[in-house]
Amino acid sequence: MATSSKLTSSNRAGWLFALPGFGLMVVFIILPFFFAIALSFTNQRLISPNPTEFVGMANYKSLLGVGMITLEPERDASGDIIRDDSGAPTYPKLRNFTRKNPDYPKLDGMREWTSWQSGENRTYVLARDVVFMRAVLNTLIFVLVVAPVQGGLALGLALLINQRLRGINVYRAIYFMPVVVSIVVVSLLWRFIYDGNNGLLNNILSSLTFGAFSPIDWLGNPDTALGSIIGMSIWQAVGFHMVIWLSGLQTISPTLYEAAEIEGSSKWQTFRYVTWPGLRNTAVLVLIVITMQAFALFSQIDVMTSGGPLDSTQTIVFQAVERGYGKQDISGGSTISVILFVIVLSISLIQRWLTRERR
Amino acid sequence: MADISLKKLKKSYGPVDVIKGVDIEINHGEFVVFVGPSGCGKSTLLRMIAGLEDISEGELSVDGQVVNELQPKERGVAMVFQSYAIFPHMTVRENVAFGLTISKTPKAEKEAKVAEAARILQMEHLLDRRPSQLSGGQRQRVAIGRAIVRDPKVFLFDEPLSNLDAALRMDMRMEIGKLHKDLGATMIYVTHDQVEAMTLADKIVVLRDGEVQQIGAPMELYHKPANLFVAKFIGSPSMNFLEVEVTAAEKGHYVVSNAALAPISIPSEIKAKVGDKLVLGLRPQYLEPEAKEGYGVLKGKINLTERLGSETVMNLAMGDGTTLIAALPKDAIFDRGTSIELSFDPVKAHLFHPETE
Repeated sequence: MATSSKLTSSNRAGWLFALPGFGLMVVFIILPFFFAIALSFTNQRLISPNPTEFVGMANYKSLLGVGMITLEPERDASGDIIRDDSGAPTYPKLRNFTRKNPDYPKLDGMREWTSWQSGENRTYVLARDVVFMRAVLNTLIFVLVVAPVQGGLALGLALLINQRLRGINVYRAIYFMPVVVSIVVVSLLWRFIYDGNNGLLNNILSSLTFGAFSPIDWLGNPDTALGSIIGMSIWQAVGFHMVIWLSGLQTISPTLYEAAEIEGSSKWQTFRYVTWPGLRNTAVLVLIVITMQAFALFSQIDVMTSGGPLDSTQTIVFQAVERGYGKQDISGGSTISVILFVIVLSISLIQRWLTRERR
Repeated sequence: MADISLKKLKKSYGPVDVIKGVDIEINHGEFVVFVGPSGCGKSTLLRMIAGLEDISEGELSVDGQVVNELQPKERGVAMVFQSYAIFPHMTVRENVAFGLTISKTPKAEKEAKVAEAARILQMEHLLDRRPSQLSGGQRQRVAIGRAIVRDPKVFLFDEPLSNLDAALRMDMRMEIGKLHKDLGATMIYVTHDQVEAMTLADKIVVLRDGEVQQIGAPMELYHKPANLFVAKFIGSPSMNFLEVEVTAAEKGHYVVSNAALAPISIPSEIKAKVGDKLVLGLRPQYLEPEAKEGYGVLKGKINLTERLGSETVMNLAMGDGTTLIAALPKDAIFDRGTSIELSFDPVKAHLFHPETE
């Protein structure tokens, strides 16, 4: 540029202007990232008089340790299976194996996570940290449901609002509104909707079924709590992804649609041959963003259920916060964050690889 | 393959009329070109025939059947767009076969038709490429191929060559002309380029502000333009216009003159009387440096010359302050600022009423 002043062409000025933003990013994103990795190998607590010690992989072992044991039913002297009052076979107590049993050093300190029957024997899956395992499982369920459903719904809405209709902007605004409202506020509101006694959802369902529907405490029931949170989360962020889809839709040249129309393409064929291939890159973006957001599930849990009832809504991030600040176990919380980072990174890489451009 | 007829066709967006009642008859196998400046409604008219735009009023029939309310696919038309509109994620083969895929044509038939289209357009070697690997001309070929395989009644071209560079445009123009002769199909072609119109058309429709100015064969438009607008639009360089006054009128002949032009008798069919202001139209190609008996004579100073080898284009400043363009069919050197006399054959001159512009 011929007219550039000394200020705009000076390298030092450029760095100076970038410094505040860059500095904040270093302090609040980059440093904590490395801090988390470093702390996960120590026994650091939030506030503690004891000096920090390096503990190696101990934190990871205590979080991720899993084991399996198959037990034979107890038999009496004659070799018959001892059965309880209901006729089910009885098994030796698990804690005989997991508490200081020198024959099973690997299982020491573990608890039952889940079990199943195979013939006469019973197989137990044990975990050193059952709550964390629940959290991982719940998070995975959340991601697996939210990613396709939210992505699909958002695409449907985007297709609807991509039409040239009178007042279409009103609909765009309505669908986008929940995104603007803070997730904490939304969660509070939905607590009322999901209320077991006089919640909106129960009222609607009972009036639709003429009173045949018996009210459910949606967030208080372990069977419905996670589902309720999934439903609300999908509703809240669907507008955001709708906008991303919409931007993708609008990059597709209108003449391609006209060409398809001339060729006699039906609505579905147009979607299949013109719209969907044109949305490839958008689809990859939406999928990865939803997945990453879903893995970070926290606020809804914190406001609505605090991980309950019966750990049915524990999630990875909620556990990280709970450990790090609730229990003041910063190293434990850091370890969970690092594990989450590895999970999300690998899933994103796998998604990128699966959706790569094939020649 | 079909006759098409447009009767009092109108298109309005709210209170704005874009097409103001157009009547055109197109015969089977004809190559018709809609030509006009941008915004004249030629593309809109084509899109109305294609079925991409609603018809506000009037009647459009293909083969005697009114098709106003029919979907594009039911009209049996194929269209080639200015921006090619080929699908970026499909190979050339898939693009060409698109219409057949949509209509679930059996595979063997589909392959045969694609092969045939590729042969006609000489693009067999391109079939497995993707559009991103093709040049503009090749892309347009793919778009034409997609039109051919469906064996449509009518081909519609919407400025198909506008995005190509000059050399390629000429090649493709010739190929489209050849394609028309080979297929013998009815084709409607929209362009703003009068050279394309002149070279390709059996019949040119000159449009302006949504109204037909003249319909006729290219030479008819060139030699007998119906009004000032057509006269200005057809021919390159464009026709010269001189404001003249009628000094004497007899049946079929008018004697006209102005400050730079001595009185001369021009044969014309227009109606005018002595004292009327008219516009005298002179094609640059019909101006000659040698004076001949009975010719009109114009005097001017040379402002600028452009030597094209086969032709020399001169820009002259006339005595009355206007400029005149002359195109001499030879290479010649003229000095800037020299005075020159140009003469013209009154038979090849045109008279227009000024308001017909």
